[in-house]
Amino acid sequence: QKVSVEVLEHLEHLALVDFRDAEGVERLQKAIQFADQLHGVNTEGVEPMDSVLEDRWCLYLREDDVTEGNCTKELLENAREKVEEYFVAPPGNIPLPKLEERETFLQGS
Amino acid sequence: KDGLRSQVSAALKEGRVTPTELCQRCLALIRSTKFLNAYITVAEETALKQAEESEERYKRGQALGILDGIPIAVKDNFNTAGIETTCASNMLKGYISPYNATVVQKLLDQGAVLLGKTNLDEFAMGSGSTDGIFGPVRNPWSYSQQYKEKSVPKSHSEDKESNWVITGGSSGGSAAAVSSFTCFAALGSDTGGSTRNPAAHCGVVGLKPTYGLISRHGLIPLVNSMDVPGILTRCVDDAAVLLGSLAGHDPKDSTTIQDDFKPFELPNLTDVSKLSIGIPKEYHAPGLSSEILALWSKAADLFKNAGAKVVEVSLPHTRYSIVCYHVLCTAEVASNMARFDGLEYGHRSDMKDSTESMYAATRREGFNDVVRGRILSGNYFLLKQNYEKYFVKAQKVRRLIANDFVKVFRSGVDILLTPTTLSDAAPYTEFIQEDNRTRSAQDDILTQAANMAGLPAINVPTALSERGLPVGLQFIGRSFQEKQLLTVAKWFEKQVQFPVIQLEEVKRHDNDVFQHQKSASIS
Repeated sequence: QKVSVEVLEHLEHLALVDFRDAEGVERLQKAIQFADQLHGVNTEGVEPMDSVLEDRWCLYLREDDVTEGNCTKELLENAREKVEEYFVAPPGNIPLPKLEERETFLQGS
Repeated sequence: KDGLRSQVSAALKEGRVTPTELCQRCLALIRSTKFLNAYITVAEETALKQAEESEERYKRGQALGILDGIPIAVKDNFNTAGIETTCASNMLKGYISPYNATVVQKLLDQGAVLLGKTNLDEFAMGSGSTDGIFGPVRNPWSYSQQYKEKSVPKSHSEDKESNWVITGGSSGGSAAAVSSFTCFAALGSDTGGSTRNPAAHCGVVGLKPTYGLISRHGLIPLVNSMDVPGILTRCVDDAAVLLGSLAGHDPKDSTTIQDDFKPFELPNLTDVSKLSIGIPKEYHAPGLSSEILALWSKAADLFKNAGAKVVEVSLPHTRYSIVCYHVLCTAEVASNMARFDGLEYGHRSDMKDSTESMYAATRREGFNDVVRGRILSGNYFLLKQNYEKYFVKAQKVRRLIANDFVKVFRSGVDILLTPTTLSDAAPYTEFIQEDNRTRSAQDDILTQAANMAGLPAINVPTALSERGLPVGLQFIGRSFQEKQLLTVAKWFEKQVQFPVIQLEEVKRHDNDVFQHQKSASIS
């Protein structure tokens, strides 16, 4: 079954990446179809595997000691917009324009 | 055959060649092989400076080790302080890393000379090194005497320009750089085969270490649970040297194991009678060329005739590894690519209406279709309604795939022998006729499962195909048993005597320091 426009729009919102054209949507359809082959595998009683190192318990927590830092200048170097020691962002808490108002391929769907 | 240790390093120690001479020669060769498009950035000034410092150390008899003064190249998805790191994407064009990836730092600390950053598929997504913003990488073998002799031009007007073949990917630039003698070793990365695949197509050794052995700190991540830095060299001994200088716990990467790592020299194995080689029948995959099938069989016989035990084994879930990878990879990619929003680094759109619209526009402008496609697919599989069905399901299948290997190794098999690729390198014009996802799905089939299970694997160049192009075979070992894996690989390398590439450009810069192989082949 095809992915609904609601879900497509939801994905664009979550990913903050757009389906540029019909090809983009088709690409997703094919990806889902491909992934559906997983359902042919019997995984009864099988635990999901997060890490191949699960037996080694190597994901440890270390002491909360400061070992490096004080590199504000370096960290700010690659940012395009900054003021003093701040990264500057456009105003937040403004939702992405609705489907009808946005420049997206989905508008035509 | 012992390239770095007994040849180049010895030459440097004895003063037969100086680090600056070596560096100059490599830089000159990079210039004359520019058409390969293997390098994105050539760090000429800093390289020469590093070479000069190395030279001073040699003069004082204080060389730091085997890698002191050795020119190396690094794939452009590793952070290199003061040098642009682009991942072949508009998203990071112009991004100057403020720090060195741990593996880069380790190489520099041993005196290695960093020549530059090599080309790749955008964000390491791809199996051809054709999908980056700087254009495709050309396989040096396209220009070799061996390939030219075998290619029949279809018409008078068709010249070598249209005939060139791909390097494979995504570490194609690194593979091409090592293959064309512009450096002695290169770093790649391997998530689904990205080091072994181009190694096979370019006729070089490509090692994927065990997950957790080498630090990923500073390697721009694709799939955190599968990525590893890869090592590309011209012989197995050199791979062992590089491994020795890179492996070990890194406090900055909590997924590196804490066990002490002891660098090793590879013994010259003469007796393989105690070895058990497994031949997984599922690796006789659809689409495997008859040529490679024959070579694989010949290799198995080689071991058998030398006294090793060679058994057919089964890894029943092999055929699901690509689908499983597809889901896990896109899901992790969706998460990892979220950091690119234009605020702290990388490309930033001029859009100012709101934070979200700026993020959306930045990502729209910065990522290519392949990357965007994977992000969207990944987010789909991670949706609440799909999470169990796809993501968790894939994690369960992953366990089944990993268990297949555990069972086989537990049954007494030491090493698995498989093909690395389905065929020799395809011409570029043919390769681009299928889209990236289809190609990756086809090409990763033989290499991907090792990433699923976190196992070490290595491509060893084996023979030339009928078209005069390299074909390699893959050895997969037990977790953290790189010494055994490389020892067997070295034995095999010695048996097959893979031929040296005959390249015009290299001949002109010839120097016996670069040539260290005899010209005999298995086929």
